[in-house]
Amino acid sequence: MSLSAEDVAKVAKLARLELSGDDLARMQTQLSAILDYVAQLVELNTDGVEPLAHPLPVENVFRPDEPTPSLPPDAALQNAPNRVGDYFGVPAVFDEPMSH
Amino acid sequence: MSLIELTATELLALQEGGKASAAEIADAFLAAYREREPKLRAFTSLDEDEIRRQAKAVDAKRAAGQPLGKLAGVPVAVKDVLCTKGVRTTCSSKILENFVPPYDAHAVERLKAEDAVLFGKTNMDEFAMGSSTENSAVQVTRNPWNTDRIPGGSSGGSAAAVAGCQAPLSLGTDTGGSIRQPAAVCGIVGIKPTYGRVSRYGLIAFASSLDQIGPFAHDVTDAALLLEAVAGHDKRDSTCVNQPVPEYRKMLNDPVKGLRIGVPREFFGEGLDAEVESAVRAALKEYEKQGATLVDVSLPHSKYALAAYYIVAPAEASSNLARFDGMHYGHRTKEKADLIGTYAKSRGEGFGKEVQRRIMIGTYVLSSGYKDAYYVKALKVRRLVKKDYDDALATCDVVMGPTTPTAAFKVGEKSDDPLAMYLSDVYTVSCNLAGIPGLSVPCGFTKSGLPIGLQLLGKPFDEEKLLRVARMYESATDWHTRRPKV
Repeated sequence: MSLSAEDVAKVAKLARLELSGDDLARMQTQLSAILDYVAQLVELNTDGVEPLAHPLPVENVFRPDEPTPSLPPDAALQNAPNRVGDYFGVPAVFDEPMSH
Repeated sequence: MSLIELTATELLALQEGGKASAAEIADAFLAAYREREPKLRAFTSLDEDEIRRQAKAVDAKRAAGQPLGKLAGVPVAVKDVLCTKGVRTTCSSKILENFVPPYDAHAVERLKAEDAVLFGKTNMDEFAMGSSTENSAVQVTRNPWNTDRIPGGSSGGSAAAVAGCQAPLSLGTDTGGSIRQPAAVCGIVGIKPTYGRVSRYGLIAFASSLDQIGPFAHDVTDAALLLEAVAGHDKRDSTCVNQPVPEYRKMLNDPVKGLRIGVPREFFGEGLDAEVESAVRAALKEYEKQGATLVDVSLPHSKYALAAYYIVAPAEASSNLARFDGMHYGHRTKEKADLIGTYAKSRGEGFGKEVQRRIMIGTYVLSSGYKDAYYVKALKVRRLVKKDYDDALATCDVVMGPTTPTAAFKVGEKSDDPLAMYLSDVYTVSCNLAGIPGLSVPCGFTKSGLPIGLQLLGKPFDEEKLLRVARMYESATDWHTRRPKV
């Protein structure tokens, strides 16, 4: 298979996806098959071809640098899994409090 | 025909002629919804009281002599990937099971501005990833022509709702074929507009350079009407174009004189079901009868388009779905964990298998050491695919072929094999990569009574001609008048 179990675990970590042992094994098989299929692009000579990220020739679209009303805090917080006052309550970024 | 079998255009005329009220129309479709939903399972949510309230408001406006929008009193179902203010929007995913958007998508604002009656949220493949609606975390929608079969995906609910006469119009989205394929297998009209024609503001993003919102309808006139309503510039989507929206219905019944139809040989090769091919070739003959010329064209990079799509789309999805981390909205794990653990558990619990697969593929092809070989390579192939269409469309007005390689397959038939499922998108993905408009019109049935779709692909922002060409075929046939017995 094109992907090893370690590869799959590494990608899952990058993707912030916690998968069970069974799921990781199944992923390995399925992802390997998909990646084998898409790898056929290597057959094509694309020397000198510029990548096309966007179908339209879009350029930076700006607006005047003037403040405009934005979403009120209550609306922004209405789906919060854990609302703390006017904040989103989230797990601490660092395990322990930092001392200066 | 009963009210529920009528087109939106007919329902508008009835109201204008005083023969039916918006309230009566809403009641008729609500009855159809109640009766057929146990079999079709097309909707993730629907608020009967709210529908009646909206219909009543349209009748009151009419009675007061106030000007009415172009969709007045017409029920329009909305794929559950579009934000509707105050109305749960789930993307058919557990991770957004209880998400209530604080704003309307632009397309939804446009429906309201045209006095449409918003008729429920429809089921879909989770986060628009799929071709059968079997990846929904809610339920599997059924094809109204045969409930053992899939309605297509990812906009299966929107397609089934219209084909099954639960609503005369619906909105879907198309990233790799998710409007055109369900339209084809459900026997209705579906359009993917040119990229940038319809604002994506409020569309929960799957792949930002591929996604487009578009209409489902019984016929071309209705599809043109809904497209008129939702297309147009919006400052809040910097990828949508500032170009005026034509009155698509104005010249709709004018045939295109000297029509040249490009027929790509790559769309008629291995894997195409014989009955589908036969129906499509018969449609091409009908065009010849009407004076069109068939032009043999080639899209030489066709066979690589699917591979390129299944690199680019998952890559963009892996980035777009990073926001679902349990912090600001959506599912957060109840398990004790640090910050990164909370992300990983929330996403592991909240996302379905196909979504996880695509995030993994996307993450892999963008990761250090692989980005050039996969992602950048795929973007180069994308340019070649676009050039194929530019070259072909320089020699013809539209490109035509089958929308799908087969008619609707059975529920469960491909759900164990992700790659087999991906292969059913073979005729539709290249259009999204190129950004050009595409539509599917019904062109027949298999011997077992399953609908077949004819795909039309056009030049960028040439929807007006595309619709006229579609109408040429439709006016000589009656597929669009058929309704399934549900």
